[in-house]
Amino acid sequence: MNPKAAERRSSPDVSIAARLVGAAFLWWFLYRVNGPLWDWAVYRAAGLAPDGRLGETIHFFVFDTTKILLLLSGIIFVVTVLRSFMSLERTRALLGGKREGFANVVAAGLGVATPFCSCSAVPAFMGFVAAGVPIGVTLSFLIASPLVNEIALGMLFTLFGWRIALLYMAAGLTIAVIAGFVLGRLHVERWVEPFVFETKVSAALSAGVKLTWRDRVELGREEVVTIVRKVLPYLLVGIALGAAIHGWVPTSFFVHYAGPGNPFAVPIAVLLGIPLYSNAAGVLPLVEVLHAKGLGMGTLLAFMMAVVALSLPEMILLRRVLKPKLIAAFVGVVGLGIVFVGYLFNAVLG
Amino acid sequence: MTMQIRVLGSGCARCKTLAENAREAVRVLGVDATVEEVHDPMEIIAQGILTTPALVIDGELVLAGHAATVPQLEEVFAGRG
Repeated sequence: MNPKAAERRSSPDVSIAARLVGAAFLWWFLYRVNGPLWDWAVYRAAGLAPDGRLGETIHFFVFDTTKILLLLSGIIFVVTVLRSFMSLERTRALLGGKREGFANVVAAGLGVATPFCSCSAVPAFMGFVAAGVPIGVTLSFLIASPLVNEIALGMLFTLFGWRIALLYMAAGLTIAVIAGFVLGRLHVERWVEPFVFETKVSAALSAGVKLTWRDRVELGREEVVTIVRKVLPYLLVGIALGAAIHGWVPTSFFVHYAGPGNPFAVPIAVLLGIPLYSNAAGVLPLVEVLHAKGLGMGTLLAFMMAVVALSLPEMILLRRVLKPKLIAAFVGVVGLGIVFVGYLFNAVLG
Repeated sequence: MTMQIRVLGSGCARCKTLAENAREAVRVLGVDATVEEVHDPMEIIAQGILTTPALVIDGELVLAGHAATVPQLEEVFAGRG
């Protein structure tokens, strides 16, 4: 690129700002009319009774689908643009040569802020370890990254308020810090495939790519399309299930079998969450409904954390660099942390 | 000179999309280029790359972390052709 073009592209030009303001306004407008629009369409135009089961279920489905899709798109866009200022390369540079302990805290925090797709897990793990980042610290990063998902954070905030969102973040970070620290103390180096330590890392390309404002906005837009397309099936199933439960299953059913009074509710929720592979966004509609039906918030957060942090496909990817023993220790330590957080939240939030 | 385009990524959906888009962009532009996919994490890391998918042209990292679209890639390739 010639210097002039670089200069022109690097300033956030007026048309981008105008388009962003326009998009924000449109988003806000759609969010506001969502309720009245479906009230009118379902109860007036289609003539269903507002207190009938069918009307209520259908209304819940269309209203919630629109609401969640709007929230999801807005949050993904903002998060992606903010996160484009961070990169794995920068994170690694910040963590390199640090000692365990405080570095686990920094690593967990960076795990939340760094853009990261689970398909980068293996190169990131190898790159971190080869650059001298301790294994426990690397694991803190790898645990925090999916566990404290900013999209989930944003949606919890909008659906349940800042208290639940903050608790979720604090709990996730604590699990990542402690689990990474414990695994580091266990000297798990012997459970890492030896070739990881033999790999030479070249610094030639590690500087990363420079981004302009136009690139960041474009990245945000692409990410919204990619993620929404990916989670849409999960989301629709989640909301449909939610709508059915909302309309047809009596509250006493869940409170009886899985309410805060049942001591096995949390471990069962975690075990159910492991084989389920979904995005936090796909689980949240279900969480919203089940919470309204009387399930403990701790049980539900534990379920969501297990779904996002202990996913089978990621374990299979990590198997290329970690021996089964370390994967088992990883699942065990993180799983225990999640169960503990579930009980704690059920006790605190009632 | 033939442009050497390498798409690095351990086989995730985004990596496949990027490789397909790169091939399509090369076809549309009709530039003299080869597109190669690199799946081996050892080789990816040996190049110092952490964020995948990554696009490397003639040994230079030009794009990392997202699947660029065909028009975007055309722009990138045309600037080098």
